[in-house]
Amino acid sequence: MQQATGKVHSVNESLVGVHINEGAIMNGEVAYIILEDGKRLKAEVIDVKKGKKVYLQVFEDTSWMKVGDPVEFSGLPLSVKLGPGILGSVTDGLQNPLYELGKIEWFLERGLEVEPLDNTKKWHFTPFVKKGDIVTGGSVLGSVPEKLFEHKIFVPFSIQGNYIVEQIASEGEYTIDETIAIVNDIVGKTIRLTMAFEWPVKKPMPFYERSVPTDPMPTGIRILDALFPIAQGGTACSPGPFGAGKTVLQHSLAKHSQADVVIIAACGERAGEAVEVFKDFPELIDPRTGKSLMDRTYIVGNTSSMPVAAREASVYLATTVGEYYRKQGLNVLILADSTSRWAQALRETSGRKEEIPGPEAFPMYISTLISAFYDRAGVEVLSDGKTGSLSIIGTVSPAGGNFDEPVTQATLLSTGAFWGLSRALSDARKYPAIDRIDSNSKYPSLLEKDEVSYLLELLREGKAIASNIILMGEKGITDESYIRYQKAELVDAVFLQQNSFHEVDGVTNPERLRFMFNMVKKILDSPVHLKGKGEIRSHFNFIRQAFQDWNYTPEGEDGFDKQKTRLLNLVKQMGHVAENV
Amino acid sequence: MLQKTYENIDSIGRAILSINAQGVHNKELAEVIYPSGEKAFAQVIALDGDQVTLQLYGGGFGVSTNCKIRFLGKPIEVGFSDDMLGRVYSGNGQPIDGGPELLSDMVRVAGPSINPVKRLIPKDMIRTGVPMIDVFNTLVRSQKIPIFAKAGEPYNRLLANIATQTDADIIIIGGVGLKYDEYHYFRERIEQAGSKNKTIMFIHTHRDSIVEGLMVPDLTLAVAEQFALQGKNVFVLLSDMTQWSDYLRQVANAQDQIPANQGYPGDLYSQLASRYEKAADIEGAGSLTVLGVTTMDDVTHPVPDNTGYITEGQFYMKDGYLELFGSLSRLKQQVNDRTRTDHRSIMNAMARLLSEAEERVKAQKFGSVKDDYSLRLLEYRKTFQKELMDPFRYLELEDALDICWDILAQHFKKEEVGLSSKLIEDYWPEQEEQNN
Repeated sequence: MQQATGKVHSVNESLVGVHINEGAIMNGEVAYIILEDGKRLKAEVIDVKKGKKVYLQVFEDTSWMKVGDPVEFSGLPLSVKLGPGILGSVTDGLQNPLYELGKIEWFLERGLEVEPLDNTKKWHFTPFVKKGDIVTGGSVLGSVPEKLFEHKIFVPFSIQGNYIVEQIASEGEYTIDETIAIVNDIVGKTIRLTMAFEWPVKKPMPFYERSVPTDPMPTGIRILDALFPIAQGGTACSPGPFGAGKTVLQHSLAKHSQADVVIIAACGERAGEAVEVFKDFPELIDPRTGKSLMDRTYIVGNTSSMPVAAREASVYLATTVGEYYRKQGLNVLILADSTSRWAQALRETSGRKEEIPGPEAFPMYISTLISAFYDRAGVEVLSDGKTGSLSIIGTVSPAGGNFDEPVTQATLLSTGAFWGLSRALSDARKYPAIDRIDSNSKYPSLLEKDEVSYLLELLREGKAIASNIILMGEKGITDESYIRYQKAELVDAVFLQQNSFHEVDGVTNPERLRFMFNMVKKILDSPVHLKGKGEIRSHFNFIRQAFQDWNYTPEGEDGFDKQKTRLLNLVKQMGHVAENV
Repeated sequence: MLQKTYENIDSIGRAILSINAQGVHNKELAEVIYPSGEKAFAQVIALDGDQVTLQLYGGGFGVSTNCKIRFLGKPIEVGFSDDMLGRVYSGNGQPIDGGPELLSDMVRVAGPSINPVKRLIPKDMIRTGVPMIDVFNTLVRSQKIPIFAKAGEPYNRLLANIATQTDADIIIIGGVGLKYDEYHYFRERIEQAGSKNKTIMFIHTHRDSIVEGLMVPDLTLAVAEQFALQGKNVFVLLSDMTQWSDYLRQVANAQDQIPANQGYPGDLYSQLASRYEKAADIEGAGSLTVLGVTTMDDVTHPVPDNTGYITEGQFYMKDGYLELFGSLSRLKQQVNDRTRTDHRSIMNAMARLLSEAEERVKAQKFGSVKDDYSLRLLEYRKTFQKELMDPFRYLELEDALDICWDILAQHFKKEEVGLSSKLIEDYWPEQEEQNN
């Protein structure tokens, strides 16, 4: 079919109006605007108007475009190429590999498109089907080894109905564009299949069978794993003002979360942060696999100075890739940083389209889009009975750090765990600065339920006593209350606070979390016979220091047990001091 | 390229005009030709059929319907050559220091961002001699970081200090909305410091049009980027980006754009980001460090708020002091583990104690602070401010760290400071403890 063509009629930054010459137009299809120097700028139809007029959002800088420039429509929605070779790569929001682009130009010059997946690399294919087998969309034709696991080669999910395998490649080396199977349907329609296929980014991949998230996903971050956990297939959000530690939290999650695949969508954020990840990760060894951390990572970088319209694409691109690896039976984690930048991009476009604005000029439909995005997370039971999961952790950057704004509110309604970042805590250097009182999670903790409520109760009480101290001074409260307050402070200092930059303290595995908690519990339950605020404070200071020293000591090292004994002695002393007097 | 002239101006606003014209490019440079023959620059900012919208470098005042518009067939460019060092230019790239116009290569302005794979992870500390920066919020080469301050604080003095006390190869000053005396101050300081021959200034003062002001950061950064690509370590100073944002708001408003927060356009974040993100340590080349000024009353105001999400931290100046709380260097972790073994830990310990002291300041208002520990915290806070927070006291990092230990020892017992036993053994000053 002949694709539609048109001519540029209006240009307003990334929003371009086009008059259609001829042909049918699909909302959401990809179009190219051809500049007078021959450069082709990729764009997406976002509005079809009467009078043969459509609006495009252009994924590139629109400088030097002029009225009358020709437009070619592709008839296809914005899609991602799925197949082996995604892991370990870094692309822009339109799946152009950045290292490949870097070989052509130093700067992200517009109009450049590169093959999204390496089509020269040979993969070792092992067939699972034979001639005569019946297959359909989602059937597994075979597999190739990719980094850490066997990558299943699917019949594209878009294929409906039954097909008979006419020909299947024998075991051997193939590129992703070589035909590995030929299948026929009953009426003899033939399809050639390769190891890769395309999927529209904005269309959620259907679940084979959907299940609910119940298994905890350990993150190595104690306050999360103990108090505000996320489950495999769950969703969480971390809104917070700037400077409250969102970035450090994201990096820590990317490194230490117990997921098989981690996808980082750097959406409208600082380029430097993505650079840190993709230059550091190849050097870091994942202790769980013994391989480079980059092997399980895919980075989509549409950073803040890249064209705004591609921000939306970058979030959806990451999600679609995530869904694909979930179909592989893996636990996938998407870190979307920041969903607010995506929402702002929508606001910019909406404003240029002169849509009637909602609160804070965000488009009315923003909450629906946010909910639909988080709904793509989840646990999937696959056709072979195995499960895969896709978890999404989104950061939100609310204006002025005020959570009462449309994006934060819509996100809170759509996610299962809420990690509220607090500037007061980060000013006090209590990292991670996740609000101990206001945060919440509906997912199961690595600790027992009553242990979690025990800690939360103590923290709430500690906070109440702290405000009494401010009002009435230390002398205005009883020794008992003061001990309670010191206990709450101690839990905060040695258990909830964590130095993400420290090799040992920066990540706590579930076993260590357990025996750390047992020690905390022991301290909290031990009798205290200290008298006077000074003595109480000073003794708790000693315990805090000993505990912190212990936190910094690797398990199995000489000092580890020695430090534990020291700590236990200090705890015992608390009960003795009074007796000695 | 063919230059076309049109004379059917449709409408004239404060900073924009529209005209019917054909074959015009988006973002093309144009000239407004007054009946007197005088000329002023303009730039295409939107196209709709035959209607072309331009923003006016000279402002809309005095433009008449019988002015002519000549489209120049080229985008905005800025000159680039070593001969520009020591010179002062306006927001439209013309020399304003009385010196001759230079023939130089022209480079593009507001070009695309550098491919992230060409960026290096920043790793070099920039020593500024300011203890609140070097110890607590270390500046790193290629960082983008503004000073947040109320109007009237000595932020330009600090900016000039940092630029001249460090080892930058090239300093490029972008002044937006400067008072004349501020411009004069920068010139004088640069000359006194003997840095004139490595400095270029792009200056917009209050008498110039806002569109010229809007252009200053782009010109500044375009020239800086070229020097960085040639291997130079370039320092860019941008003062004041709040005024720049205000100009952006005015132009957006003139175009009838739907405002987002407090009248600012919805793309304020992207606009600020595309400037600040020019900061980079470039593989196989030099680096570009951006120090800005964001004047503000309240950090939740849209300009400092959006800026904070973009930049790699901020230095918060209040009452002439550099504050610890509210200041942040996001890149400090890249370097402060390679300075001295106690740097990171003492930085955190000092901050934690100061935060505890701030709690007591609140409590003090209720008259409830009487215990010895709280009183010592309050004394500690005073010493901290006196010894460390003056941004104009020059201290080498190592001396400043030693002062930190002295301050701790002066007010606290070893077990009260929350530092590891090892560090205390290595660094705790030997003098007797004064705890009474």
